[in-house]
Amino acid sequence: MSETELKEQAKKAEKKPSALGIDIDLNAYSVKAEKHEKIDGLNALPGDMKKRSESVGMDADETCRAGSYFQIDHSVIQSAVCQSGLEVMSISNALKEHDWLEDYRWNMIKVDTDKYTAQAELKESEGYFIRALPGAKVEFPVQACLYMSRDGMAQNVHNIVIAEEGAELHMITGCTTGSAVMSGLHVGVSEFYVKKNAQITFTMIHNWSEEMIVRPRSAALVEENGLFLSNYICMKPVKNLQTYPTAYCVGENAIVRFNTILFAHEGSTMDVGSRVYLKARGSRAEVISRALTDGGDIFARGHLIGEVPEIKAHLECRGLMLSEKGTIHAVPELEGRVPNVDMSHEAAVGKIAEEEIHYLMARGLSSDEATAAIVRGFLDVEIKGLPANLEREMKRAIRAGDMNERLM
Amino acid sequence: MLEIHDLTVMVQNRRVLQNVEMHVSNGETVALFGPNGSGKTSLLSTIMGVPGYRVERGNIIFKGEDITGLAIDERARLGIGMAFQRPPVVRGVKLMDMMRICMDRRGGAGEIDVRRCIEKLNLGEFQDRDINLGFSGGEIKRSELVQLLAQDPDFVMFDEPDSGVDLVSIHLVAKVINELLEKEKSAGRRTKAGLIISHAGHILDYVNADRAYVIMGGNLYCSGNPRDLLEDIKVKGYEGCISCQRQN
Repeated sequence: MSETELKEQAKKAEKKPSALGIDIDLNAYSVKAEKHEKIDGLNALPGDMKKRSESVGMDADETCRAGSYFQIDHSVIQSAVCQSGLEVMSISNALKEHDWLEDYRWNMIKVDTDKYTAQAELKESEGYFIRALPGAKVEFPVQACLYMSRDGMAQNVHNIVIAEEGAELHMITGCTTGSAVMSGLHVGVSEFYVKKNAQITFTMIHNWSEEMIVRPRSAALVEENGLFLSNYICMKPVKNLQTYPTAYCVGENAIVRFNTILFAHEGSTMDVGSRVYLKARGSRAEVISRALTDGGDIFARGHLIGEVPEIKAHLECRGLMLSEKGTIHAVPELEGRVPNVDMSHEAAVGKIAEEEIHYLMARGLSSDEATAAIVRGFLDVEIKGLPANLEREMKRAIRAGDMNERLM
Repeated sequence: MLEIHDLTVMVQNRRVLQNVEMHVSNGETVALFGPNGSGKTSLLSTIMGVPGYRVERGNIIFKGEDITGLAIDERARLGIGMAFQRPPVVRGVKLMDMMRICMDRRGGAGEIDVRRCIEKLNLGEFQDRDINLGFSGGEIKRSELVQLLAQDPDFVMFDEPDSGVDLVSIHLVAKVINELLEKEKSAGRRTKAGLIISHAGHILDYVNADRAYVIMGGNLYCSGNPRDLLEDIKVKGYEGCISCQRQN
């Protein structure tokens, strides 16, 4: 589709509300932002920015990272590669460098999906392009930070990540705001391409501010024997978050795993799902979510669609309510479109059973310590296929949730 | 070590224990017999301080301190421990984690001690599993004991440690109970004490109890030699204890 056609399509969807989540007035947020200068390395970041980016998994020393990308508002202040076989750059530069990239852009996600995708096309936007070349094994993760420095602004991002045939790519992405930023809108479009025999692990940590509206729009295409593993963690307050990333297993024996860990504080609404289309024989999917509320509202969705025989998929959604306030609404959906599919789900929502707390107290733990031990265990999702340093980073982010101060 | 005076306990609106008088001395092992629903577990739970067991009258003295109003964790920290008959599944908390937590509370016993305890009860394959999730009856008993080994309480209560345990495992269970109660030491040198509920008394073939109580309908009926009491119960049934008490 030509640029003009894309714009035309986007224009038609400019006012189209999303199928899920509250409708947001986009005019309430400004896309204007000052330009930020490039830096040599993340250690050159000002104190608050460095601290906030570290809270979402960024390693300022960059010693254990294969590459780094840092974007403030719409400005890319760093894109660096420390390993061969890897490309890390802004999407605008990548589109100039690679003619073929247009075929990947708005390929997995339609530009007219809703007003947010339309805005990402029509208004000022930037984003990262990360690509592992054929056969490249990227040992350390690539880190990418999307940072918002201005109050009341809209940050529109369009990312494309490609693992070429036989490549292995690990990513950690952190999205956050400056500590003085209270409100804003973050629209993040991300398209992932996992080619034959390739794999991408993508760990995303969000640390927003209390009045932020967040609308990620993500999709992944997984070819034969490919693996896409996505971990999403949001433990800090956010006003309203709605996302429903979707993966398509199009090649035989493709594997997709989504792990989602949410903690909704009072005043936060999180509507987060994971959807997998299993379109090729032997493909497998696992969707696991842990939802924790201390007064906020969570919709924990999952949708598995078995389109061909001999696929296997499982959905597990567990919610834990820590206070009398807040809600958790689990919506697990299984859709078998042919016989001979193996699909299952389990969902459970409730508070911690007092009997369990008393049992741990009989071993000498205080009530708070017993609750913390159970919550820690609840959030300790077993992640298969994640490098050890990323797993550590993920666990650190989980434990750094605000409940940490109260419970852990 | 433990004295119970005139204890009456309610669960919701039901009286589960009535005017209970009991004592357990340092180094002593006491058995508790009684039919189903007689109040055995209620007595252990009340001593442990499990919420829901409301003391209406009387008091519980442990090591000279009145613990009647203390919370369950405070009692545990004073040195009371309990192997539950039907403990809950605690999802997410691994047996190994629990062992480490218990050991840390004792003053930082090392990882080697944790592993030694796990090996002692043949629970290697269970150490990384959520506590009690999918455990068989016998595995639950062993899991309870291994946690007590880590906790190392001074007063240890066992709620039917022999139920659901096969003949091979009962040796192992008894060995650990004897260790927890310092049975290897001469009676005068023991500092630990225990209270064992046994339905049929099997465990007492392996663990020597000094005295036994019979409880029925929430009342303690008599105290005496465990073997003699068991024999009487076998011959006359628990009803015999009631008539015996009446004769006294």
